[in-house]
Order: sequence, then C-alpha cells, then structure tokens
Amino acid sequence: MIDALKSLFGARPAPAEAVQGEKEAPKMTAKKLGLRQRYEHMTRGLDWETTYQKMDDVFPYDSFEGIKIKDWSAWEDPFRLTMDTYWKFQAEKERKLYAVIDSFAQNNGQTNLSDARYANVLKLFLTGVSPLEYQAHRGFAFAGRHLRGAGPRVASQMQSLDELRHLQTQVHTISHYNKFFDGIGEFPHMHDRVWYLSVPKSFFDDARSAGPFEYMIAIGFAFEYLLTNLLFVPFMSGAAYNGDMSTVTFGFSAQSDESRHMTLGIEVIKFLLEQHPDNLPIVQKWVDKWFWRGFRVLGLVAMMMDYMLPKKVMSWKEAWDIYFVEAGGSLFEDLARYGLKIPKYADVATEAAEHISHQNWAIFYQYTHAAAFHTWAPDKEHLDWLSAKYPNTFDKYYRPRWELWAEQEKEGKRFYNNALPQLCQTCQIPMGYTEPGDASTICFRETQFKGDTYHFCSDGCKDIFDGEPEKYVQAWLPVQQIFQGNCGGPTVPDVLAWYNMNVGADNMDYVGSPDEKIWKEWHPDADAARKAV
Amino acid sequence: MSVTAITPDYVSHTETRDLQKNFHGNMVVYFHWEEHLAFCAALAFPLPPGMPFGALTAEVLPTYYGAHPDMAKVDWTQVIWVIDGEKATPDFSKSLEENGLHHKSLVRFWTPGLHGRAGS
Repeated sequence: MIDALKSLFGARPAPAEAVQGEKEAPKMTAKKLGLRQRYEHMTRGLDWETTYQKMDDVFPYDSFEGIKIKDWSAWEDPFRLTMDTYWKFQAEKERKLYAVIDSFAQNNGQTNLSDARYANVLKLFLTGVSPLEYQAHRGFAFAGRHLRGAGPRVASQMQSLDELRHLQTQVHTISHYNKFFDGIGEFPHMHDRVWYLSVPKSFFDDARSAGPFEYMIAIGFAFEYLLTNLLFVPFMSGAAYNGDMSTVTFGFSAQSDESRHMTLGIEVIKFLLEQHPDNLPIVQKWVDKWFWRGFRVLGLVAMMMDYMLPKKVMSWKEAWDIYFVEAGGSLFEDLARYGLKIPKYADVATEAAEHISHQNWAIFYQYTHAAAFHTWAPDKEHLDWLSAKYPNTFDKYYRPRWELWAEQEKEGKRFYNNALPQLCQTCQIPMGYTEPGDASTICFRETQFKGDTYHFCSDGCKDIFDGEPEKYVQAWLPVQQIFQGNCGGPTVPDVLAWYNMNVGADNMDYVGSPDEKIWKEWHPDADAARKAV
Repeated sequence: MSVTAITPDYVSHTETRDLQKNFHGNMVVYFHWEEHLAFCAALAFPLPPGMPFGALTAEVLPTYYGAHPDMAKVDWTQVIWVIDGEKATPDFSKSLEENGLHHKSLVRFWTPGLHGRAGS
C-alpha cells in the first residue's frame, strides 16, 4: 500500500493537470504513470489483506449466497476510471447540464412542449423512477462495501455516486415543471405510499434486501444491462420528440454513466460464471427472476410510450423487438458459452408485448381518481395509430373497450372502477394481465403456503414467490394495507389525503384539469391547432 | 426455509402481513366477472365471513360492477360460479363461510348471454 501511495504522489503533478496557482512543483521526481498503472494503484494498490480481523469477518456478506470466487484479481474493468478522473468528468457534465436547465427556465421552455399531457410522463418518471436511482445509490454503496474484490468495489462505489447524481439532476431538471404543473411536489412521499408506486418500490426493496451478488445481477445485469435501453431510450427520445430539452440534456449527462453501468453489469455476470461452475444455477435463477421482475416494472414504460407521449417515438412492441428480442437474443447467444440460457418466460414476455401497454393504461384510466397524474382516453387518431402498431390485437381486444368508454363518457357516465383491485403478491400490480395466448381471459395463479392463499398474475411471478415464500409473504400490498386500516382511513378521500394527493388537481382526467387550463392560457389556439391536425 | 439469508433465524425477523387476523374480523374475497374486462382485474373486498352469499348478488356486485351496462341485465339464478377453481352452486341464504369461501378466496363468475363489448 505504501508503495502504491508513493508512486501516486510521485506521479501527481503532470504539467497538463497541474492545479492553477500551484507555483512550486514538488521536489519529488515526477514519473508519469500510464492510465492502467494509475488504475492498478488506485484500486488494487490501495487494497490490503486484513490481519487484525479475519477477512471473512470484514466481508461477511459475500459468501452466504453460495457464490464461489476463486480469484478476485481476475476481475476486469475495461473503464479503468480512477476517482480523481471521475470527479473531473462529472463536474464538467454538471456544468453543461445546469447551464441548459437555466436557459430552459429563462426561456420558458415548458411552453414549447408538444402538449401539456407530456408533463404526465415526467410525473410518472419522478414518482416512479427517480426514487429508484436513490435506491440504486444505496444498493451499490452496499455492494461496494461488501464485495471483497477491489475492482468491483471501486466500480460499485462510482456507480453508487452516479445514481445519487442522477436522482439529484432529475429532481433539479423536473423541479422547473413543478412551478406550473400538478402532481410533482410530493414525489418522495408518494413513492412510499401511493398504490401503483409500490410496484417500482417493491422491485428495488426486493433487490436491496438480497445479498450483494444477487443485487449485482438484479440491478447491474438484468436492469442496467439487459433492460436499460427499454427504460432510458423511450424516456429520453420521448423527451426529445416532445420538446423537453432539459430532460434530453439530463439524458446526455447520464449517458456516459449508463455505458459504464452496462459494462459493470456484463462484467459481473461473466466474472461469476467464469469463477466456478457451481455459480451457474444460482446465476440462472437470478437472471430468470430479475428478467421477469424488470419486465413487469417496465410495463409502466410501455403505457408511457403507447398512450402518454403526445408525439410517439415508436410503439412498445417495436421497442421490445429491437431492444429485447434482437439485442437480448444476441447477448444470450454470447453468454451461451458459459451455459447461461435466455431467461425463463422470455417468450411469454414477448407475446405480452402485444398487450401490456393497453392493459396498464386501462388500469390507470379506471383508477384515475387515485392516480397522481392525469389520464385521458385516446382520440380517434391515437386509436388508429394503435390499430396500425398492433394489427394482431388492438382492434380485437382493446379498441372495443375504448369505444365503450368513449360512449359512456359522451353520455356523462365516465367509467370509474370504484372497488379496489386484486394485486399480484409478487409484482404488486393489479391482476389485469391475461393468459398467454388468450387475451380474453385474466391469468390467475395461486400458491398455498402455511395455510394461506397467495395470488399471482403470471407463472413468472408465482415461480418467484415459490422460490422464496418467506420473503414475499411480507409484501406490503397497498390494497390489503388499506383494508387493514393502515393508510389514513377507510374511504378513498382518507387514503388520498394520506398520499398527500391534491384532489382535483393531481388526479383525474387531463381534460378539465388545472394543467389543461394553464396550457390553454399559454396556447389559446391549441384546441384549434389540435383539431386541424 | 428456502430464502438464502445471512441470518439463520430469518423467519423470526419477518411478519406475514396479510393474515386474516389483521383484517378486523373480515376476510378478503376476490370477485371476477368473466368476459367483462372493462374491469381491469378481479375486485377485492373485506367481508364478514358470516355475511349471506345473497348479499353479494343483491348489493355488493351490482354496486361495484354497476358502471357496466350489462350488470343491470344479469339474472343471478343463471350465473355460473367457480370458487377457488371448483365449479360451485352457492346457497344464497347461507353465509360466505358456509359456501366454502375463506380468506383470499377467488370467486369467478360467468353471466350466460352477457359477454360485454367484445369481452370488455
């Protein structure tokens, strides 16, 4: 370690990097190190074998999951980023981002959105996704503390800081919209309480209450590598298509971090599979589980793409085919040499890509009174777009549903669901998904455990429960919690008050909302323009 | 125990959240009206186990499914019931419990002749 420090300090004041105003060069002979050497010194060089305490006592978490590591030094980090360089890069990106956010605010960028309906995408993102960045920050801090290899620890530490930065920059980017639109200001409170936000929240709670290796496969591999393009690309290109330049800039600012995260995710899985053949079944089980859990959470993105973006980027089905079927397919061809198979139920997920966006938006449409963003029924042009994008399913199953609701709305009987829905014990989503291959029948699965019945939306969610029933019997299911009297009271207004929901502003349809009112003030001719299109 | 945990007494640190005793004398029962997917999922209700089954058909279901135009046309004597996966002929004068319902039972029902708007 001392050697490492000596070489580092010896190497520090290379002229190009010299701090301004530092007049005297240190007397030590400067020997400039290459990037690789610097990285070696700053990671492994700073690591040591403990002697006062046993290594197993210092790192108690990295063995109980059954993963066998023979040689931590075999870890390869292609980025070889050191902490000092990391700060420099991030500071530069922050400067650019905040300059754009400032100019967006000064130029009233919010008035140049495609339509105020777009703001609901940001509400969903801020309440549902941004708090996951914070959870990821804590999860990677945990992995960075508890994995005993210096390479993955440093990479996890940097990712932990990235995730915290992403939360902060998202909050700062979206805070500008909070001056004009409802449903934004209470996002952390809502994330912990609102019924549908238990879906992303419990996803991360599940990952963070696992061991560090499962966490790395869950978030590092399955979420950040396998499924990340299905989250990030739709939101960022959705922002670009709809005039939200501040979110686009946030996207650029996070992009280089994301590519580092993807590299960490793929390195983790290769490393575990190369270290010991006994790791394969454990890793496969995690890949199966976290693929399915991620797929369920991404259903929120699916409905965002197909229903919430005023200007559409592409359909969820198209995105799924590009980013999962094609890209994921070739990834698993590559991983086949380790014996790893494509996740169980990937075929079911691909079939469901024809349905989930419609099923999810229908849930929010009928529970609009309990949603912290606005909903709307698709207009004729939108319905035609959906018919064209989903020729096998939309006209058969979903168009009649929207037409029924449109008729009811016209008669002044807008359709609401006034009861609470059955939830899946694992993903916590209302059980609105249909049987694989039969979109006219809801898929019901159940398990008996210790004399109680547990219900699931799919074989994927049932398998996950059956794998660790003692974990999922603890699930905090919002509907059950309301019935038990733990959510502010027995009536819907009681519960909404407990959510800190500003009733009449945050919830209900876009049409008639304060959001619509302010948009019309900015664009008095908006209706005419919409109709002309 | 199937959870791989660092603590051998993992279960003793956990709480099964939805035991019937937590529902203040009620049990949770799920109902699903088949071929009417305008209702996105089965509906959940906390109900007293001693409530007569007939109260469901007279009150609970017509109220909460009333937003669908088909509900007014339902002939409850013709309805096909499946309780927890088994075809059943509930006795409307007997209680939920006497009709075999338990905490977190799932009751699916079909209304012959009424198929919604193309299943919605």
